[in-house]
Amino acid sequence: MTTDPGLWAVPIAVLGGAIRVSTPFLFVSLGECLTERSGRINLGLEGTLILGAMSGYGLSYLTGSATVGVLGAALVGLVYGLLHGWLCRFKGVNDIAVGISMMLLGMGIAFYFGKPFIQPTAPRLPSIPFGWWSDSPQLQAALQVNVLFLIGIALAVFLAWMLRSTRIGLTIRVVGDSTQSARALAIRPDRVRLWATAAGGALAGIGGAYLSLYYPGSWNEGISSGQGLMAVALVIFARWNPINCLWAALLFGGAGALGPALQSVGISEGYYLFYAAPYVLTLGILIATSSTERAVIGAPGELNITK
Amino acid sequence: MDRAPEIEAVGMTMRFGAFTALDNVTLRVRPGSFHALLGENGAGKSTLVKCIMGFYHATSGGLLVDHKEVEIKDPVDAQRHGLGMVYQQFTLVPSLSAAENLVIARGDAGAVIDWRREKIRLTEFMSRMPFSVPLDRQVSSLAAGEKQKLEILKQLYLGSRFLILDEPTSVLTPDEADKVLGYVRKLTTSGALSVLMISHKFREVRAFADEVTVLRRGALAGQGRVADLTDGDMAAMMMGKSDIGTAPDRTGQPGAAVLTLRGAQARDRSGYRVLPIGDLTVHAGEVVGIAGISGNGQVELMEVLTGQRRLIAGSMLVNGTPYAATRRQSQARRVRYLPEEPLVNACAPTLSVAENLAMRDFDSGRGVWLDRRRMARRALELIAGFDIRTQGPGAQIRSLSGGNVQRAALARELSGDVSLLIVANPCFGLDFTAVRAIRDRIMMARNAGVAVLLISEDLDEILELSDRVLVMSEGQITFETPVQEAQAAVLGRYMAGHH
Repeated sequence: MTTDPGLWAVPIAVLGGAIRVSTPFLFVSLGECLTERSGRINLGLEGTLILGAMSGYGLSYLTGSATVGVLGAALVGLVYGLLHGWLCRFKGVNDIAVGISMMLLGMGIAFYFGKPFIQPTAPRLPSIPFGWWSDSPQLQAALQVNVLFLIGIALAVFLAWMLRSTRIGLTIRVVGDSTQSARALAIRPDRVRLWATAAGGALAGIGGAYLSLYYPGSWNEGISSGQGLMAVALVIFARWNPINCLWAALLFGGAGALGPALQSVGISEGYYLFYAAPYVLTLGILIATSSTERAVIGAPGELNITK
Repeated sequence: MDRAPEIEAVGMTMRFGAFTALDNVTLRVRPGSFHALLGENGAGKSTLVKCIMGFYHATSGGLLVDHKEVEIKDPVDAQRHGLGMVYQQFTLVPSLSAAENLVIARGDAGAVIDWRREKIRLTEFMSRMPFSVPLDRQVSSLAAGEKQKLEILKQLYLGSRFLILDEPTSVLTPDEADKVLGYVRKLTTSGALSVLMISHKFREVRAFADEVTVLRRGALAGQGRVADLTDGDMAAMMMGKSDIGTAPDRTGQPGAAVLTLRGAQARDRSGYRVLPIGDLTVHAGEVVGIAGISGNGQVELMEVLTGQRRLIAGSMLVNGTPYAATRRQSQARRVRYLPEEPLVNACAPTLSVAENLAMRDFDSGRGVWLDRRRMARRALELIAGFDIRTQGPGAQIRSLSGGNVQRAALARELSGDVSLLIVANPCFGLDFTAVRAIRDRIMMARNAGVAVLLISEDLDEILELSDRVLVMSEGQITFETPVQEAQAAVLGRYMAGHH
C-alpha cells in the first residue's frame, strides 16, 4: 500500500472498513434479530461469537479447510444457542441473566481450548476482488469483499422475506408478540424460541469464524472486543428489521474503521479516540432513540427489555 | 354455510378440591339462537364455558353437540367440533396485520404464504360477512370495536358454528357494542351461528338475546326466554335475596375551583402528535365527567394529571398555584388518584393488602422504621370500612378479585383528608355490587366537598355521577354541558368527532 497522505483516502478506507468490519456485526445482529423477534434476548452472543472464532480457526487449522471452519463454527453456535434456549424454558429463569452467564462461559471455554491455536496459522477465507476496474491500490484494497459479506446481505433479504411471507416467519412473530395469543393458536412458544435462539447462535458462530478466518484473521483472546454486545444494541437501533440491520451494521463497521483509516493516512495524534467511535455510537444511539414519553415502535411485545 | 349446531351442557359439575365452582348446571343453546349467560363475578360463568371449551375437564356431566355426546380434550379439539370462543382479552397478535392474524390462526397455511392468493380468498370471505375489517392494517392500530369484530370474524373464518362471547362489549362504546352485537344477532337469525354470551349488561341481554341462563354461586339460579322476564326478575336471580341498595343523593353546592387546566397541550404516546387538550376546571363538591371513546387522549390526559407526561404548553393549577404532581405536592394539596386497572397502575401486586393500603402515608411518620402496627390497624379499619373481601391484611393484593382490588385502591385514595380525586374508568370489568359500591363512594366523596374528575369510557357512568359533562375527542376537550342538559345523542356525536 502506498503512503499517499491525501485525505481522500479516509472515506475509501472507511468504505473498505465498513465492508470488512461490518460482516460480524451483520451476522450477529441478524441472529439476534431473529431471536428477539421470537420474544427472547440472547446476550450470550458475545460468548458465541468468541466461541465461533476459536472453533472456526481451530477447525480450519486442523482440517486445512476454511469452509469446514465456518460450518463448524455455525454448528458450535447452534449447540450453544440450543443450550441458552433450553435453560430459558425453566420457570423463573431470566433470559438476560442466562445470557450474561453464557457470555462469560463461552469466553472461558474459548480461551481454554483456544490456547494451542494462538500461534499456528490456519487457512483463511478467500475474498473476491471487486476493485479490478480501478488502478488505485487503496480502492482495490477497499473492495476486497469476502463471500460471507455477500451471503450476509442475501440473508438479511431472506430473513425479511421469511418474517413476512412464510408460516415459520409469522409463527416467530406471533410468539414474539404475545405468548398468550400463541398458546391460543396452539403454537408452543418455548419450542419456537428454542429454535430461534439456536438459529441466532449459528449465525453468531459464523460471524465469529469471519473474525478469526478473514478479518482481523487470526485467533487471539481480544478478538471480539465487545462486538457481540454492540450487535444487540444495533438490533434495537434497527427496530428489529433485518434490512435495517444491514444498514446499521455498515454504519457500525464504518465507525469501527474510522480509527485505523485515520492512522493509515498518517494522523498520529488523537486517532485512537476514533477507535472508540463504535462504542460512542452505541451509547449515542441508545440515548437518542429512547424516550420516557414515547413507546418503542416495532419492538416485539414479549421482549424482556421493552415490557 | 353449514347449519348452526345445538349445544347442550348436561349436569356439568366442576370441583377444585373441596370447592365446588359449578354444581350440576344444565344449559341448552338451540340452533341459531342467541343465549345469554348472566351472573355475578365468581358465579361460575367462566368455569362453565371453560368446561365446554375443554380448558377444564368437568368432574361430572357432559356435552352434547347436535344430540351426540362429544368429549372435548382441549380448545383445539373444540375448534374441530366447530366450537369457538372470543375471549375478554383480545387474543389477536397486535403487531400483525388483520390478514396475517387470520391466516396464521388457520394453522394449515403452507410453509410459504402466497399473499396474493390469500388476499383474494380473504376478500371473498369478507364479502360474505355482514361486517368487515380493513385487512392490511396492523391490529394494534385498530379501534377496540374493530378488534372485537376481527375476533368474531376470525372464529367464523376458522369455521366455528357455535360461539362463546365472554363479555364482548366490555371494551366497546355503546354504539360499537350495539353494532357488533347487531351483526352477531343477524348471523344467528340467518341460522349460521349459535351464540352463548356472557354478560353483565341487562340492556344488551334484553336487546339481543333470545334466552337467558342465570348462575349464582356455581348453581343454576334461573332460565327462560328473555321476553318472559323483567330486569327485576333477572336481577333477583343473579343477586338472590341480597339487596344492592340505591344510589346516595346528590347534596351540596360546588365551591371554589380546585383543579384548573389552561390551554394545556401534550404529546401523545407515539411522541409525534400534539394533543390540544384545552381548558378544564373542577370545583370543590362537584363531579366533572370526561366522556370519550377510548384512545382519544384520555390516557395521556391522566398521565399529565399524575405528572407522568409533560405539558408542552399551558398550565396546570391546583388551588390556584402551579402543580407538577410530585409526591410532596400531591400530599400537600391533598390530591389523590385512582387510575384504570389499579392492580397494574396503582398497586404493587405481590405486596400485601396492608402495605398497598399504606402507600399514601407510610413515609409520613418519623424515623426510618415503618410503623407496622399502625399499618395493620389502618388496614383493618379500611378493610371493614370499604367492605374489602380479603383473607386478611397480610394477603397479597393480587389474590383479590377485581372489584376488591378496586375497593382497596379507592379506600387508600379516599382515606384521610382529600381535596381533589382524579379517577379513570373506575368500574371497568366489575360486577353489579362492586360497581354500585364504587360509584356510591365517589358520590359520597363529592357530597363531602371533594372535587372529583372522572375520566370514563362508560357514558352511563358519566351521566349518573357527573355534575358537568365534558367530551374529549382526538385529544381535545370539544364540548361541555351541565348534566341536566346532557343528551346522549349529542354527546355521542361529539365523542365520534362530529361537531
